[in-house]
Amino acid sequence: MKDGWEVVIGLEIHAQLSTETKIFCGCSTHVGDEPNANTCPVCLGLPGALPVLNRRAVELGARAALSLGLRINETSIFSRKNYFYPDLPKGYQISQYDRPFSERGVLEIMTATRDEGGHAREWRPLTVRVTRLHLEEDAGKNVHEGLPETERYSYVDLNRAGTPLAEIVTEPDFRTSWEAYDYVNHVRKALQWVGASDADMEKGNLRCEANVSVRRVGDERFGTKVELKNLNSVRFMQRAIEFEIERQVNTLEAGGRLTQETRLWDDRAGETRVMRSKEEAHDYRYFPEPDLPPLTVSAEFIEGVRRSMPELPDARHRRFMEEYGLTFEDASTLTRELTLADFYERAAKAAANPRGAANWLKGELLRELDAAGVGADASPVSPEELGALVRAIDGGKISGKQGKEVLVEMFSTGKGAADVIEERGLAQVSDAGEIERIIGDVLAANQQQVEHYRAGKEGLFGFFVGQVMKASKGKANPKVVNELLKAKLSE
Amino acid sequence: MKPTYGRVSRYGLVAFGSSLDQVSVFGLTVKDAALVLGAIAGRDPHDATTADVPVPDYAAELNGDIRGARIGVPRALFGEGLDAEVRAGVEAAIEAYRELGAEIVDVELPHAKYCIAVYYIIATAEASSNLARYDGVRYGHRAEESDELRQMYRRTRDEGFGTEVKRRIMLGTYVLSSGYYDAYYLKAQKVRTLIKQDFLSAFERCDAILTPTTPTPAFMLGEKTDDPLAMYLNDIYTCTANLAGIPGISVPCGLSSDGLPIGLQLVGAHWSEATILRLAHAYEQAHPLTARPRIVAAA
Ligand SMILES: [Zn+2]
Repeated sequence: MKDGWEVVIGLEIHAQLSTETKIFCGCSTHVGDEPNANTCPVCLGLPGALPVLNRRAVELGARAALSLGLRINETSIFSRKNYFYPDLPKGYQISQYDRPFSERGVLEIMTATRDEGGHAREWRPLTVRVTRLHLEEDAGKNVHEGLPETERYSYVDLNRAGTPLAEIVTEPDFRTSWEAYDYVNHVRKALQWVGASDADMEKGNLRCEANVSVRRVGDERFGTKVELKNLNSVRFMQRAIEFEIERQVNTLEAGGRLTQETRLWDDRAGETRVMRSKEEAHDYRYFPEPDLPPLTVSAEFIEGVRRSMPELPDARHRRFMEEYGLTFEDASTLTRELTLADFYERAAKAAANPRGAANWLKGELLRELDAAGVGADASPVSPEELGALVRAIDGGKISGKQGKEVLVEMFSTGKGAADVIEERGLAQVSDAGEIERIIGDVLAANQQQVEHYRAGKEGLFGFFVGQVMKASKGKANPKVVNELLKAKLSE
Repeated sequence: MKPTYGRVSRYGLVAFGSSLDQVSVFGLTVKDAALVLGAIAGRDPHDATTADVPVPDYAAELNGDIRGARIGVPRALFGEGLDAEVRAGVEAAIEAYRELGAEIVDVELPHAKYCIAVYYIIATAEASSNLARYDGVRYGHRAEESDELRQMYRRTRDEGFGTEVKRRIMLGTYVLSSGYYDAYYLKAQKVRTLIKQDFLSAFERCDAILTPTTPTPAFMLGEKTDDPLAMYLNDIYTCTANLAGIPGISVPCGLSSDGLPIGLQLVGAHWSEATILRLAHAYEQAHPLTARPRIVAAA
């Protein structure tokens, strides 16, 4: 950012809610089926068909709203957003306008400054005002490639038409592209965490638009706003905003003027391009949808949703630090995903050693999981077995070094900790009688060294330990060996 | 017989003005209408605007006894534009009801005079949106050989829609446009609420309200179709029932000197279909049609 300038950014996110069926009909929301396989008179917009609201979409919308600190309105109204496009079967989208599902959220997120390589340096909290989250239906898709005569025709696939969306709008509260980046990641995680949305930008079930303007530092008024679209990943969005800041500042510094317009990000070219100007903007002619009664949600309904939700990431992060004594970083790693946090708590309980479980999970198991591209919920090592492994180490049955090998084998074979230790014959001998017998043998076989030691050559102690370990084939518990050997030699 | 809004499912009904549309019954007799209504009324999970209100046995309630029923007459609406023969026919019907034992009471509907304006704003707004789906993309007529999408839309809709439909789409688009929404659509919705309240307070004093069905006898075939305003004004007595969402029924009450039919309308409170059917039936039994109307084509 050039000195003397400030950027103002607001974000709009569209997240597909993870329902089985569409928001206003019973068609499947499954992705990847034959074009137009998941359609019916309602989502095809046939004459005479009427929408009926999917209750599950309301529940997931409520989860999403609560996870972002929004207040759910007791009554909200669906409205028609009118425009013509082939992927919009009815010629209007059923959305919400002046009485949205939820409003006035205040969200505390963590954001960081980044170095040249985009690595986070210093984390600090940032308060974001979330204006609203409303419910609406997704449109279908126009297909321009891969079918006959695409130079003359376009095709329409309405499988996606009617998939429930939550549109999440913020106030213009971001001052850097990285703040916007951290916010979108926060929202993605929150939506995934509460099961409201898969929130995968690459798959298109989370889409993002940014409103960007620049102004001189100290200026109260907002500059001319540009809307950025086609941001297919959080990184694309961050880059597009950076490009746009530079473009706008350069234009203004060169004495030029900006126009209010919509621009598309072209990642290959690394630039934004005009899509349409304000003059071409649609007049959507919103009006209340007469086919749907107002949506009313009771306080009990909201309370029920709240109770059914998992503890939110921030609260859990705090609790992991307080209850289990984890560091900020460890707690962050282990609350990366809901399944990982759940895994950790089960492992901590099974291990009866929360910090040990945390070390083994994030240091060892997580590396295996990440390398295999598997989530904690699909881990071949169960949390209980990870706990058993930690207990075996804590109890002195095997060494930490052996534990790492055991874990690798548990991961590749899916066997339990006890089985692997047993099969490998790794169990340490901690039995004093057995070790005393070995020590007796070793000392008897090395009479001369024993005399030297007793005469003051204490450096020989390591030699005796080595001999005992060798005789036990490495299974003797070193701690027990040390103690017994010292006692024996000083007799 | 136009039922209460939400009484009969609109699923499968091609939408015009969704907040006004209601599937209605035409019958040769009131009993026919009662029987059919009983069969089609009730909640439908495919139409979220249908109500879960019990459906009575309408035909069983047609017992002919209307003694003590209170019929409201809004005389203020019987003024300008009301054809003399229609007025005479309706006045005779009022007398007939008195003879059948009904009590005639004066009622006022102060906002009813705005009903045509309100109706044509709301109906056209909704129609402009409801008719957007006829764009030639998925079904129906599509203009041949367009170079690009907007041209295809424009030609398709220009060829497919008739003059009156285009007029209504343009009106509706206008009243919803940014800058005009508050002055037209929103204002119309507010007046609609006032009209509904007029009826609610009138029904505290009566069981049904009696008016002519139309201000003139039936049009001749083909008459007035190129005078839209005259056509719209003919809805003056009927559109209030649609705006207020209340049930209404029209029964023949004689013929004009040209042999054209004249109708009387009874409207009732929400869900009072049984009441207005009983009232209409009693009149029909006492004054059956003796002559058939003539079918007359415009010159
Ligand atoms: Zn469908």
